[in-house]
Amino acid sequence: MEFSWRDLILAPGGARGEVSPPTVAKALNTLLALLLLIAIVWFSLVSLHFDWSVIWDYRVMLFKGWVTTLGVTAAALVLSTLGGFVLALGQRSFLLPLRYFAKVLVEVVRCTPLLVLIYLVWYGLGGVFGIGNEYRYVAGVLILTLFESAYISEIFRAGIESVGKTQIESARAIGFTRTQTYRYVIIPQAFRQVLPPLVGQLVSLIKDSSLLSVIAIAEFTQSAQQASSINYDNLETYFGLALGYLVLTVPISLWSRWLERRFKYET
Amino acid sequence: MKLSLQNVVKRFGTHTVIDRASLELDGVHCLALIGPSGGGKSTLLRIIAGLEYPNEGRVELNGRAIEYDDEALLRHRRSIGTVFQAFNLFPHLTAFQNIVLPLEKVHGRTKAEARELAEGTLRRFQLLDHAYKKPAELSGGQRQRVAIARAIAIKPQVVLLDEPTSALDPEMTAEVLELIEELKGEGRDLILVTHEMGFARRLADQVALLANGTIAEIGPPEQIFGAPKSEVTKGFLSRVLKY
Repeated sequence: MEFSWRDLILAPGGARGEVSPPTVAKALNTLLALLLLIAIVWFSLVSLHFDWSVIWDYRVMLFKGWVTTLGVTAAALVLSTLGGFVLALGQRSFLLPLRYFAKVLVEVVRCTPLLVLIYLVWYGLGGVFGIGNEYRYVAGVLILTLFESAYISEIFRAGIESVGKTQIESARAIGFTRTQTYRYVIIPQAFRQVLPPLVGQLVSLIKDSSLLSVIAIAEFTQSAQQASSINYDNLETYFGLALGYLVLTVPISLWSRWLERRFKYET
Repeated sequence: MKLSLQNVVKRFGTHTVIDRASLELDGVHCLALIGPSGGGKSTLLRIIAGLEYPNEGRVELNGRAIEYDDEALLRHRRSIGTVFQAFNLFPHLTAFQNIVLPLEKVHGRTKAEARELAEGTLRRFQLLDHAYKKPAELSGGQRQRVAIARAIAIKPQVVLLDEPTSALDPEMTAEVLELIEELKGEGRDLILVTHEMGFARRLADQVALLANGTIAEIGPPEQIFGAPKSEVTKGFLSRVLKY
């Protein structure tokens, strides 16, 4: 097939872009964007005279931090998926105190910066209840869980609400109880709506976990800070830090997009 | 079927949808509810189905009053087959699974029993070829027929149909109406909200005309369509039968 330069640069169908551009154009433009980024980074690297030995010297510490980030993220993912589910159901509860507790909690958490939440819970609640240092990691996971649960509950809520009223009406007419309606009708249908944004939220979770470094949890960011504070070679380690996060987040982000496309075609 | 409505009132906010509707029927196999849109047909059907509760009045089906508490309503709904205008089926399940699910989870049948019943029902309605298709792969008419099959499979005391053909084109309407007629032939009790006047006339033993939330007239189809007594009925029929 032959392409004119127009096909490679202009999206078919204009700005609305309902038609997907040809694969060659997609590949070429992605490559161009990457090259531009690499060029900028390269230019900075050359002019800054980086010394990569720092990263090599602290490779064990950095790797341990990276693994800790993985562990903290995985634990928080499982817990905040559960937490988000409970909060989403809570927001639809018959019991008004429960419903409004869930609503208020979600709103307050969503409107609080994670950094502030970490300080408040760790020094505030942690101080009041005398949480010892040995529970630092548990606390870190729980704070992250609290924060992400609020966002995930909104993802679940949107998923539940995407199931049509007529479906719930059909379930009632058949004689399903409320629990059965959720189990056999709402949740299976909401699942496909929820999966892509839920996977996308995992990317945020990984990135957000970096803030746990402020309460001395030796995850990836904290390890990098420590490495650079010993050597005063900040940029090299932060550069490695960025790469370490990208290795985790980019595949997951692409996976989320792929899921989104797949479920869109199926319906 | 025996049906009794005593001064049934249903309000949505300040709007009164059913306004002291009363009727007494005995030995009727097919009741058709007709009338202008917004006249309260669907709401009345939903009250009989146990999907809405009336603000006042009393509804008795086959000699038993419908009690309006959660437990009793659930039991009532389980004894009735209800088919809506559209979107009855669960889109994530095949036609077969749509029928099996309530049999197993609501009516306590074993897996084998439920499968056998579902298969038998689908076969009887010539739907067996479509058993493993999801609703999106079925035509509108097939979807409604599967929905009716699902309602029948539980052996309900009465089947309620709320404008079952309103969302269909004429050809599909015919295939669904044929199926409903077949049900009547089997001696199944039906209550039907419909805009298909010819169908109501042919199938129903009794036709009730609802307008402004009350039953303007009730009687056999020969009376309603042949010699209507009420001015409301005359007006309605002259409008809908004009074209």
